[in-house]
Amino acid sequence: MSSLAATVQKIFDEPGCPTNGSKSEAERKQGCTKQLQPGSAAGGCAFDGAKVALQPFTDVAHLVHGPIACEGNSWDSRSAASSGSDLWRTAFTTDLSETDIVFGGEKRLCKAIKEIMDKCDPPAIFVYQTCIPAMIGDDINAVCKAASQRFERPVIPINSPGFVGSKNLGNKLAGEALLDYVIGTQEPDYTTPYDINLIGEYNVSGELWQVKPLLDELGIRILSCISGDGKYREVASSHRARAAMLVCSKSMINVARKMEQRYGIPFFEGAFYGIRDTSEALRQLARLLVERGAPTDLLARTDAVIVREEARAWAAIEPYRQRLKGKKALLITGGVKSWSVVASLQEAGLELVGTSVKKSTSEDKQRIKELMGQDANMIEEMTPREMYNIFKDAKADIMLSGGKSQFVALKAAMPWLDINQERCHAYMGYVGMVKLVEEIDKSLSSPIWVQLRRPAPWEALAKAMQQMQSAAAASACEPALTETARRAREICVCNTVDLGTIEDAICAHGLRSVAAVREHTNAVGGCCQRRIEEILASKPSAMRQAAE
Amino acid sequence: MAIVTAPTKACAINPLKMSQPIGGAFAFMGLRGAMPLLHGSQGCASFALTLFVRHFKEAVPLQTTAMSEVATVLGGYENLEQAILNIYNRTKPKIIGICSTGVTETNGEDVDAYLKLIRRKHPQLTKLPLVYVSTPDFEGAFQDGWEKAVARIVELLVEGPNANGLRDPSKVNVLPGCHLTPGDLDELRMILEDFGLSPSFLPDVAGSLDGHIPAELAPTTVGGISVDEIASMGRAGWTIAIGAQMQRAAEVMQVKTGVPFRVFERLCGLCPNDEFMTFLSDISGRPIPLKYRRQRGQLADAMLDAHFHIGGRKLAIGAEPDLLFDLSGMLHEMGVQVTAAVTTTRSEVIERIKTNEVLIGDLEDLEELAKTRCCDLLITHSHGRQAAARLKIPFYRAGFPMFDRLGAGHQLSVGYRGTRNLIFDIANLVIAHREDNDRPTPDRWRTAARSTQYVRHRDFVRVTERSFT
Repeated sequence: MSSLAATVQKIFDEPGCPTNGSKSEAERKQGCTKQLQPGSAAGGCAFDGAKVALQPFTDVAHLVHGPIACEGNSWDSRSAASSGSDLWRTAFTTDLSETDIVFGGEKRLCKAIKEIMDKCDPPAIFVYQTCIPAMIGDDINAVCKAASQRFERPVIPINSPGFVGSKNLGNKLAGEALLDYVIGTQEPDYTTPYDINLIGEYNVSGELWQVKPLLDELGIRILSCISGDGKYREVASSHRARAAMLVCSKSMINVARKMEQRYGIPFFEGAFYGIRDTSEALRQLARLLVERGAPTDLLARTDAVIVREEARAWAAIEPYRQRLKGKKALLITGGVKSWSVVASLQEAGLELVGTSVKKSTSEDKQRIKELMGQDANMIEEMTPREMYNIFKDAKADIMLSGGKSQFVALKAAMPWLDINQERCHAYMGYVGMVKLVEEIDKSLSSPIWVQLRRPAPWEALAKAMQQMQSAAAASACEPALTETARRAREICVCNTVDLGTIEDAICAHGLRSVAAVREHTNAVGGCCQRRIEEILASKPSAMRQAAE
Repeated sequence: MAIVTAPTKACAINPLKMSQPIGGAFAFMGLRGAMPLLHGSQGCASFALTLFVRHFKEAVPLQTTAMSEVATVLGGYENLEQAILNIYNRTKPKIIGICSTGVTETNGEDVDAYLKLIRRKHPQLTKLPLVYVSTPDFEGAFQDGWEKAVARIVELLVEGPNANGLRDPSKVNVLPGCHLTPGDLDELRMILEDFGLSPSFLPDVAGSLDGHIPAELAPTTVGGISVDEIASMGRAGWTIAIGAQMQRAAEVMQVKTGVPFRVFERLCGLCPNDEFMTFLSDISGRPIPLKYRRQRGQLADAMLDAHFHIGGRKLAIGAEPDLLFDLSGMLHEMGVQVTAAVTTTRSEVIERIKTNEVLIGDLEDLEELAKTRCCDLLITHSHGRQAAARLKIPFYRAGFPMFDRLGAGHQLSVGYRGTRNLIFDIANLVIAHREDNDRPTPDRWRTAARSTQYVRHRDFVRVTERSFT
């Protein structure tokens, strides 16, 4: 067994990673953790990453070996969904105290494992290492080995203490643990030529289940999903799959590549976000399976399903096209999603004013250029202030991003939609894309925005006072100015229609009712109904008669 | 007198407790233009940030010294220095509050010495208050972190009495415990102002996390008590501490400035508020305003209306000591039996909770006790949702975090009005639960024995059941 440092080094030298491939020898040696900036760092630690990657295994007991902070501050915060066991949502931690740190936490860990075995009898326990036990030298590998023998049950050490690096590194360390201790340790009950693995899919809000019916229809069996709605036995026997799809390329590329190396399971990178990408992913899956010996009719069946589903999805999006036409969206997300949803949003009539490429590979960027044109606005790094300014200058109508930047949009009273892991809607597959468009429309057309952007009564009053004062001063010397100022008074606040426009319309067309005014001007006639009535009342009827 | 026990199990399951550093960081969030800084690995701050954002649904400032494995070995001086300079240059804070974590405490870092060095090296920081609190993850809980941070802020930032020792009797310091919401603070502010007093809240999370829309986007806290106002707290006539956890800060204040203090361990319930009102009337020299006389009547009426529904309920409650003491006390006074009580950390008040035994434990303990003792009302923070679903009993969310419901920042429990609302909320929950699960049917008296709600005297019921068959 190699040391943690060696494992980390191996992960950095990932041949399957295009970013790594394009580096020089010297750069590669430095690894790919950006030196974190104290005081301006954001994002989770390696432990966080490992936990996120593995916790969706539903029947496993996830035991965190550390002080209360690591589990107590973070548990039950993911919206991954399970079709069976709820054990994954139970938090287990050794809650290390000062005494444990002085005398070592290994004994407590042993006892904790025993207690879990007695109480829950899980098919496996994953033990997560954290900073403090790593510092004081608790050997969780040895404890897990001893416990596995004693209880004749897999007890897997996940060696990814927070301070070794970023969340992304933690994802990969979790993958290494699976490769070292889990994958290939059991045999499936039976196999079919249609068995696949999904790697790096976490079933957030149950979105995998929006795609699964299509796979079921095609007869494709998900032998193991790593890790969304996964079960220990499935991942342990996942080495018998015929093909694999790497769903979130960044997090578990090492698992996919090493499984190809060790067990000859070919994989491709794909996404179920966006209509075309979903189709593309299904086609690729079918092709890989056929290459590995599945009957060739799978290809034709897949195409038929794709044609049917695409038609359905476009038909469902069609009604929104007119409503969303010309609306500008800003997309701040990572990796695959930076382009995979772009095409579908464009089809739905939205205009993309920018997409973030912070976590994207050069390949991702190429795809963005194909979709958004050569001068696509690719945002490397955007400070909250810059985002805020985009809204303040009305360069975007809606932002799609993760939870952390939500307040930038919301506090500017601008529509925002969560498309990262904390979201509560499922956006995967054909149905998911329709749902996303529906949600965007719902958000954009919400009646709250107009109300929230209205000035508060005291602001409106202060403004009016100011205007009156300056108008009084100006009118003393210039009657024409007074008239202009009078006519510039805003009657319809919602659509900014001034008094002059309304008067002109009344004179020109001889209007008598609010409805008529509404017809001839942009005035809404809602909250400004009274004001328009007053104008109508005050206009001399002679003027109208003249017009008639 | 309750017996306090701590379980001997090695594995905490479904923790009730959260860590000390984030309690400390939370205290700094009630200061204007503040940037809380966790001295530890970046995950410590990231988890805390997510937790606060989910609870308040607000942008929350929180930074980290991003200790890596190597930095941990070499010591964290440079990380701390860089973090402070970075924050100073990028966010222009009015104050930086630094909390240690498990990593740096295990390392034994002497942060106070680091800060001296940093100040000497970077004279531009002379005017920037840097407040450091030692809050190791491996002892205490959220409430302890808050307690220590506030005491430390008082110690460092409040100025001693001025030369002539003049005090302004209309000025009152309020030191609220971490169990009070921004809504509670606003309620208290209004009450004090109605007595003609002008209160300074330390910390004032109502100023920063009440959900207002700031005019400008700021990377630091967008409100709260200013450093200058803290400095002038020594000129107040009185200090009011709310919750036993604030005794320490109030004492520090008194030692430093001579301002007398009074601790109100509870502000939920009729009697505690009678005491509070009497005290305010005393120190302000004004009669209790008519408004509160009416509110007291309304609370009395609410108690009359609700005791039918709440009375006799067997309560299972899990909360931090002061919140536990406050809520269980009020419910006990409504006729509830406090049947299972679990808390996070030691405190002098927990012995006085009106129950037989208080456990320093986790939500698994609470769930077990609730099940074996047939409780029919559960109160704890949002993490109790899984237990509530399994127990199938009405569940009232109280405390931090509350991430699966809206309005956590505005849930009221203080004052006559806050108590009234709380009583209605709990009673309505009980009523709704009964309507949904307990409709009478012609032969329920036969089958009732089998439904979980009515299994109160399980053994007795089983005997009668057997005799029927």
